Amino acid sequence: MTQVERHTYDVVVIGAGGAGLRAAIEARQRGLRTAVVCKSLFGKAHTVMAEGGVAASMGNVNSNDNWQVHFRDTMRGGKFLNNWRMAELHAREAPDRVWELETYGALFDRTKDGRISQRNFGGHEYPRLAHVGDRTGLELIRTLQQKIVSLQQEDHKETGDYEAKIKVFQECTVTDLLKDGDRIAGAFGYWRESGRFILFEAPAVVLATGGIGKSFKVTSNSWEYTGDGHALALRAGATLINMEFIQFHPTGMVWPPSVKGILVTEGVRGDGGVLRNSDGKRFMFDYIPEVFKDKYADNEEEADRWYTDPDNNRRTPDLLPRDEVARAINSEVKAGRGSPHGGVFLDISSRMPAEEIRRRLPSMHHQFKELADVDITAEPMEVGPTCHYVMGGVEVDPDTAAAKVPGLFAAGEVAGGMHGSNRLGGNSLSDLLVFGRRAGMGAADYVDSLAERPAVAQSDVDAAAEKAVRPFDPQGDGVEENPYTLHSELQQSMNDLVGIIRKADEIRQALEKIEEIKSRVPNIAVEGHRQFNPGWHLAIDLYNMILVSECVAKAALLREESRGGHTRDDHPSMNATWRNKLLVCSTDGTDVSVVEQPQIPMRQELFELFEIGELEKYYTDEELAAHPGRNA
Amino acid sequence: MGYKAQFRVWRGDDESGELRDYVIEVNEGEVVLDIIHRLQATQAPDLAVRWNCKAGKCGSCSAEINGKPRLMCMTRMSTFTEDEVITVTPMRTFPVVRDLVTDVSFNYTKAREVQSFTPPPDLKPGEYRMQQVDVERSQEFRKCIECFLCQNTCHVIRDHEENKEAFSGPRFLMRVAELEMHPLDTADRRDAAQDEHGLGYCNITKCCTEVCPEHIKITDNALIPMKERVAGRRYDPVVWLGNKLFRRSSKKS
Repeated sequence: MTQVERHTYDVVVIGAGGAGLRAAIEARQRGLRTAVVCKSLFGKAHTVMAEGGVAASMGNVNSNDNWQVHFRDTMRGGKFLNNWRMAELHAREAPDRVWELETYGALFDRTKDGRISQRNFGGHEYPRLAHVGDRTGLELIRTLQQKIVSLQQEDHKETGDYEAKIKVFQECTVTDLLKDGDRIAGAFGYWRESGRFILFEAPAVVLATGGIGKSFKVTSNSWEYTGDGHALALRAGATLINMEFIQFHPTGMVWPPSVKGILVTEGVRGDGGVLRNSDGKRFMFDYIPEVFKDKYADNEEEADRWYTDPDNNRRTPDLLPRDEVARAINSEVKAGRGSPHGGVFLDISSRMPAEEIRRRLPSMHHQFKELADVDITAEPMEVGPTCHYVMGGVEVDPDTAAAKVPGLFAAGEVAGGMHGSNRLGGNSLSDLLVFGRRAGMGAADYVDSLAERPAVAQSDVDAAAEKAVRPFDPQGDGVEENPYTLHSELQQSMNDLVGIIRKADEIRQALEKIEEIKSRVPNIAVEGHRQFNPGWHLAIDLYNMILVSECVAKAALLREESRGGHTRDDHPSMNATWRNKLLVCSTDGTDVSVVEQPQIPMRQELFELFEIGELEKYYTDEELAAHPGRNA
Repeated sequence: MGYKAQFRVWRGDDESGELRDYVIEVNEGEVVLDIIHRLQATQAPDLAVRWNCKAGKCGSCSAEINGKPRLMCMTRMSTFTEDEVITVTPMRTFPVVRDLVTDVSFNYTKAREVQSFTPPPDLKPGEYRMQQVDVERSQEFRKCIECFLCQNTCHVIRDHEENKEAFSGPRFLMRVAELEMHPLDTADRRDAAQDEHGLGYCNITKCCTEVCPEHIKITDNALIPMKERVAGRRYDPVVWLGNKLFRRSSKKS
């Protein structure tokens, strides 16, 4: 029998970013014993990388803003493929979630009258992003971390034990979810430090593991983003949707090579920075799509007036949704009008005084100075697209965040639907808070409703342990494989063949490559022992990346249109008959299958928030028959 | 453009270890963490190192490079000459787990001992009003990425295990100052700073400020003002007399 450390909890939250911590806070406040399990140290999660802000229609800067406007912007940004109920809940609840952070101790930048300041961002009609300079994600994670500490202090006062009700298991990786019949019974994993196994017996698991960016070569994501939650959910029998939609953030660093992909916040453009090609031309004016023509300025003068007089001018196309800007940069570089290192120029230095740049964008100033020897107050930055976010994720119930498997919940980037085919900047941090809380509530309600707790079978524990140590004793009959080599081959293939611009034959090549990599997996061999062994850790993460990559490629091949974070060179336009179709991924253990599934039509009152003229760009005639604009 | 660099990396665990020599390729624009990663991928797959964002935002890859506490991701190779031997060792103030990874649980223990933000009980969410100029003082300290380099370099606990019990270190004294200066915090933190977190141990040598990758002026803006507030409360004769005569409660002044 395997040596395993055992723990019993009511709720196990996997992931300690914004969604995971917010879920844990909710579950603990509902009185449940809660564990938070994370691969890194507590407080290091990828949420710290978020820069620009958290979108919430508080209306502090422009009082015309409200949840309906935010809802419309979100649906537009996602090209109407979003789960509208999630977009509705998100827009309605985001302000309360931001205000709540202030009660936890967050210190956002202020307006003159002392309220939370809000900044402009791509795709948002009004200044909407609550922010702290360009380090909003750090503020969010630290605030939630400190809230957890404050709950632990309450528990300590009451019981003498800080960890009586909520405990963080840091540097601990979950490798398998365990079930009792069809429902969740627990989670199995290992301590990264010692390599020893750990078992959580718990009726509810909240996945909050973030994204999948490490399957791509050029990415803004950290090593943790290996699609663990996506893969855990699939293997447990849950489904993923929208996996073909990957957001390539338009502005990642392109030089030096070692920092290629690191994010340059959209806040640079929100605060006045503009994109230029090698001719010095502000090229975004040439890339305003038909559907956005009435919202974006078609000349520099109007665009520049918009920063100070947004009511009487249309906004600058530098702030089009991310998918549009990323494609535009890609086209400029392809046409030979790129910067020396294969990007374009992002210029803030000619737009405002050096002192103001340093105050508004301190970490960008620091990042370029330290990593690229570029002073952004004096010269333009070089930027290009980088894999940033996966819109796809676990198919969940909007209100409870419940996945198809009883006892399994998902929130944040690992959940799918909210952002449709493309996420607006700033809608991620708000998503984490809104649905993190809802997942915590959903899990608490589920646990409270149980008549009896599920049990973990010893045979499942033994099987999970056996699988985890396989790389120390490879069972394949081929040559031994280095996990680093396999990983880099996967990244290169996904980047080149299922990247920002896709074609059917290239996606097929990627799928062949994935099959080849799968056949080499049994030969993966790692050196050394189980104590803090990064080669072994990568080998385990690689199982997840391969499974998730297969979902991305298979869904991308099926969707024969271009929409948001999915651009098909061989099907370059958006097709209204595809808008309503979700591609749903599931696995039998070895292969991924993808099926089409229609979405539930939008509730009438929400539908009527849009003008018929706008909906006509996205919907089929039959779908529009019920809109009052049709009969007028 | 590329060249071979000589690295000496500490390999070992909590019981024993040694500096091991490696010769490894370096390309233009790279940082020390890139070289450590190349070492992992090509020569030492089990080399233990913590890292996350590789952009100086998460504070995971702290180590000592040629004896100086630094983030590996923010230390550019171009700051060394090509024939220089670059020595990378784990942070010295914390127990080694393996190779470059140390046990930093001391910091999480200390974090838990700082009384949390204590807002006015009757103030509802959405009603918080603060001026930018007033939040900026605490905002500077909230830039902290918890790399723990200041904790590592502080001579009160570096090589002085015996002080760890009584001293929270610059990071958490700064946290106390951050809350003390929060415009809406209602707790009085001056006694705790001195008695529970060991502010008196700090003799303002500014080593913490020097190693802070976020360039936070820990000593000047957090620790010295905090010392002044404590001194004002404890040693100002008028305050002392007032306390004796009127048994002044410990409300914030």
